[in-house]
Amino acid sequence: MTQTRPSLPALVIGSAVLMGAALLAIFFVAEQDADQGLSQKIFFFHVPIALTAYACFGLGAWKALRVLWTRGERYDLESYTAIHQGTIFGALTLITGCIWAKASWGVWWTWSSNQLVLFLVLFLFYCAYFMLRFSVEDGSRRERVSAVYALFGVALIPVSFFAIRLANDFIHPTVFTREGPQMTGRMFLAFSVAWAAILTLAYVMYRVELAGKRTDGHLRELREALAR
Amino acid sequence: MTAAEKYVAATYGVVFLFVLVWVAIMAAKLARLERETAQLAQLARERRADG
Amino acid sequence: MNGYLGDVAALARKDLALELRARDTLPAMVLFVLSILVVFHFALPRDAGDEAAYGLLWVAIVFTALLGLSRAWVPEGRDGAIDALVLATRDRSAIWVAKTLAALAFLAVAELVALPAFALLFAPLDVTAVAGAALASLGLCIVGSLAAALASAGRGREVILPLLVLPLSIPLVVGGVGASISPQAGDYLLFLGVYDAVFAILSWASFEYVVTE
Repeated sequence: MTQTRPSLPALVIGSAVLMGAALLAIFFVAEQDADQGLSQKIFFFHVPIALTAYACFGLGAWKALRVLWTRGERYDLESYTAIHQGTIFGALTLITGCIWAKASWGVWWTWSSNQLVLFLVLFLFYCAYFMLRFSVEDGSRRERVSAVYALFGVALIPVSFFAIRLANDFIHPTVFTREGPQMTGRMFLAFSVAWAAILTLAYVMYRVELAGKRTDGHLRELREALAR
Repeated sequence: MTAAEKYVAATYGVVFLFVLVWVAIMAAKLARLERETAQLAQLARERRADG
Repeated sequence: MNGYLGDVAALARKDLALELRARDTLPAMVLFVLSILVVFHFALPRDAGDEAAYGLLWVAIVFTALLGLSRAWVPEGRDGAIDALVLATRDRSAIWVAKTLAALAFLAVAELVALPAFALLFAPLDVTAVAGAALASLGLCIVGSLAAALASAGRGREVILPLLVLPLSIPLVVGGVGASISPQAGDYLLFLGVYDAVFAILSWASFEYVVTE
């Protein structure tokens, strides 16, 4: 590896420390919300997970751009892994979002939560990424096709966001209030620590997966070399 | 446990579960990589013994 | 510039000429959209309002567009014809422009039948609804042509194409339905225009990378 990146063991330790600090902050530092009570604690994980998913899709798109500019195979693997993480955290966003919906409003799903609907659309889009990727033979064609699709994904994020906002105009206006409570200073601290913890966790998972995929690739090369 | 406590526990539990499942999948992958590397090492050893 | 536009015209003319000779895609699309509309009558409950019908119109249009798009790329899938096209044109995005225009032509003809049929069978369509149909159809062809190129790169093209187009079509459906039923139809038309512009630029710029190695 030619670039200087934080070492993986250091990252894992950092991630564990941050996660511990986050849990402490969420349950012992932040006050209990007057309106929503204990179930507001869900918000401290649900929103950072959503934001982390966006970050992963953004990273995937950035790496995809590099694929198209420089034709590097390493960028393709990085883009693919980033999008994989984004999909994992996207699925988590949907699940924790459903739990929060049930806790807050008594229903497992509601179309009036713009964030949930947006994630559903994006989740479908990025699941199709994998279907597309695995339908193409390994090679530079697959790299470019995947990269272009990843770029379309980030363009779709703001467009879908506005589409869903517009759509809620002609579906019956919602009875439910906007999510995202007014945060006190201590709540904001807990939120920030939680976000840092989850971002670090996602990055650790990204690096580990990337190492696994790269090793896979090296092994394949080795096998081909030894088979001759 | 009240309902709210159950939902909060479920949320954090689901996150933990996802990470655990991911670890399990990575572990399986690592085991496979280890197996294949061992096979390749064996192949290289035989190759060196012959030539 | 003459070379680029010339390429576009030639390629679009080729697709249209192929269709005029074979005459299989367009009749299929028209019959398909009419059949879907009839099925929808039976799918709607008795007291469903007009608004539900507009939603179903858009489902019909999206699936008809998918039908046309997958048929439009069949000639290119055969015998490496797409590689010949790629070699023949200097700027490959001309292929995308031509494909989009041809797909739009087919979809427009299908809608010339579908929209009056809808107005007859279900609910009236005003000017903004038709404008919305035009803009959203353009958007469908824009992303659909690129998605068809993406899907053609691998196996299972017919199955992959809908998977790629459907999430991208959601904003278009929102725009089309909104333009039909909302009092602020102008907002939805503007939104459709922005969608078309953004994805046209993105598709035009990235098409080259999709069809070359």
